[in-house]
Amino acid sequence: MTVATAPSPLVTGTPPGGPSRRRRVLRRLLPLGPALVLLALFLAGPILWSVYIAFTNETLTGSASVNSRFVGLDNFVRLFGDPNFINSFLLTFVFVVGSAVIGQNTLGLIIALLQRGRGRVTRSVVNGVVIAAWVMPEIVAAACWYSFLAEDGTLNTVLGISQEWLYTAPMVAVILANIWRGTAFSMLVYSAALSEVPADLVEAAAVDGAGPARRLLHITLPLIRRSIMANLMLITLQTLASFGLIYALTGGGPGTASQTTPLYMYEQAFRYFEIGYGSAIALVMLVIGALFSLIYLRLIKVEDA
Amino acid sequence: MTRLAARGAAWLALLVIALAFVGPFLWVLVASVQPEATLAATPTLTFSLANFEAVLTWETIILPLINSIVISGATALLTVLVAGLAAYPLSRYQLRYRRPFMLTLLFTTGLPMTAVLVPVYAMFFRFNLYGSVPAMVLFLTASALPFSIWMLKNFMDGVPVSLEEAAWVDGAGWVRSLRTVVGPLMAPGIAVVAIFVFVGQWGNFFAPFVLLDTPDKQPAAVTIYTFFSEYGQVAYGQLAAFSVLYTAPAVVLYVAVNKYLAGSFTFAGSVKG
Repeated sequence: MTVATAPSPLVTGTPPGGPSRRRRVLRRLLPLGPALVLLALFLAGPILWSVYIAFTNETLTGSASVNSRFVGLDNFVRLFGDPNFINSFLLTFVFVVGSAVIGQNTLGLIIALLQRGRGRVTRSVVNGVVIAAWVMPEIVAAACWYSFLAEDGTLNTVLGISQEWLYTAPMVAVILANIWRGTAFSMLVYSAALSEVPADLVEAAAVDGAGPARRLLHITLPLIRRSIMANLMLITLQTLASFGLIYALTGGGPGTASQTTPLYMYEQAFRYFEIGYGSAIALVMLVIGALFSLIYLRLIKVEDA
Repeated sequence: MTRLAARGAAWLALLVIALAFVGPFLWVLVASVQPEATLAATPTLTFSLANFEAVLTWETIILPLINSIVISGATALLTVLVAGLAAYPLSRYQLRYRRPFMLTLLFTTGLPMTAVLVPVYAMFFRFNLYGSVPAMVLFLTASALPFSIWMLKNFMDGVPVSLEEAAWVDGAGWVRSLRTVVGPLMAPGIAVVAIFVFVGQWGNFFAPFVLLDTPDKQPAAVTIYTFFSEYGQVAYGQLAAFSVLYTAPAVVLYVAVNKYLAGSFTFAGSVKG
């Protein structure tokens, strides 16, 4: 990590404190209290507890709900031998790579590139429709795509075919819906990044005879590579945990054909009340999320911490 | 000539992209004012507000929207209050563990909250908090805190300490200084964070879906899902009208903070919150 020792915007004067040093320090930390209590009780607490219950046979119904017991690695052994979990894991991978890494990321970059040098009206119209899809609540987005993909819906009417997309190609449907919904974020990130690419550098390359493709590949993209990496990490994190859109569109089906890991976790923990097993799945998701989050922290320079 | 062609091609590509993005929500807008709307995209030249009238009943949309306002509003207010307090020492004093603390907050913003809900649910069940709206608001606040503290601390760094010194000379403690000097000066920042949290919770489906027990406590995010799964096929026009009414506040609030949010996407070199 690049530890930037930026000049801290700190106090020169000192706010009034108590008489003794320890009391002054405590009084200074007092405003942090409510935040620390809430974070401990409702965030850190549950996460730590999930580590504990993932090693028990805790359920909300049946005998194990009264006295759950420690079962060691049983949940994890079951997890990695569970074909439904493996299936959900692979589907999540396909979903993240298809909709975020390839879809949103590439489309966002393309839109941002195309928008450079266009008129204000064009830019605000394109920005407007792309961002509208993003601001919309996820269940509304699902309702939009449900009608768009229906048998006699807009897409089939435009293409002139009859196809039950949500049954024949559920993963394609949820991937398309998620690209539609999430592209705005990448577009905004890349618009901001491209606006900081010095124009004279690109022009100089053009004078030297570099075509548009070479200018993009050898100048623009290397200059914004930090943004690309940071964006990839952030959209991966967002897509990994995506639940509502898929749940409302396909419910994970038909069968388990679009049941990504968050949906499988929901089924186990909240439908079958297998809290111990559900926590083991949650823990796997948290560990993967934490890894990506750490990579993200290493990628960006944190100045103002 | 090639320049002109390239320009035309770029413009055409943008047009196609814009049309592709409009496609999915076009029918929702059209269907909401079509009395006999079905899933089929066959608009007629009729205009009626019958769908809006049909869904504007207490149980269908009014109560859920009130619940959404209460849940999102309480979460947003509590979040800026708690995060604003926490940001003060982080911004004003040289604390030993400040940097690791801030990095931990940033790290936490990346964790999948969907996964955290399993232990939260188990915990709520055990402590008899399942179905409690205040308890859920406390969880939602906690999940919004890392991001909000980070944002508010950066906004607070922008308020010069010299302005506070006058208040200290007058004998004001940090409470009064925060309330009368720093708070008002960073009001736009507080509003941005509050609206951001509000809009986030407005669309949040999973947390109320698993933490609340009865339909009368549910926010619109869950009610519209129930409506969608029960009547989506038969009363599509009404679902569309519901969607429009439920989405409108989020869009209006987004437009209001749009200008301020634009700056937060430049993390190429550094994170400024």
